[in-house]
Amino acid sequence: MSLSEKEITNLIKESIPDAIVEIKDLAGDNNHYSATISSKIFNGKSKIEQHKLVYKSLKGKMGNELHAFSFKTVEKKI
Amino acid sequence: MNIQNEIKDIVQKNDICLFMKGTPDAPQCGFSMAVANVLKHLNVNFKSINVLENQNLRQGIKDFSDWPTIPQLYIKGEFIGGCDIVKEMFEKGELLNLLKEKSLK
Repeated sequence: MSLSEKEITNLIKESIPDAIVEIKDLAGDNNHYSATISSKIFNGKSKIEQHKLVYKSLKGKMGNELHAFSFKTVEKKI
Repeated sequence: MNIQNEIKDIVQKNDICLFMKGTPDAPQCGFSMAVANVLKHLNVNFKSINVLENQNLRQGIKDFSDWPTIPQLYIKGEFIGGCDIVKEMFEKGELLNLLKEKSLK
């Protein structure tokens, strides 16, 4: 079980429409990714709140179908 | 004592707690190893809890912090983050500042 880059990007954008998602498949196995996500929704929030928004957008797949997904969140200047 | 109280007890009784897969000297996951190594590098004492030894704890800690992954770092009872956030804080010097602020360094 794994998720493709497209599926991850679509899931994130479904909940965070203005998100810009840069994603790299680290191991070529659709299961180890590194990403940078920027959105205005992060502005003014703590890192934990920002990351929780991303986890929520992945609708429970984090830690299940998606094993290793490390990411950075970036505030988007308006 | 239910698992949530057990976790609350652990994080309140230990200044620095790392819930991880494996142990600092025998980590069972790259992300857990990375955070354990950051703490070793900062040369601080910390309590490590191997969630692989207790399935209730492994799920309980995720419910406790509403955070879906392991490892999880707690300082003075407060959830600090998982691997990504701890690494980012470490690289920016924020983790060292926090430890100093809490007089743990």
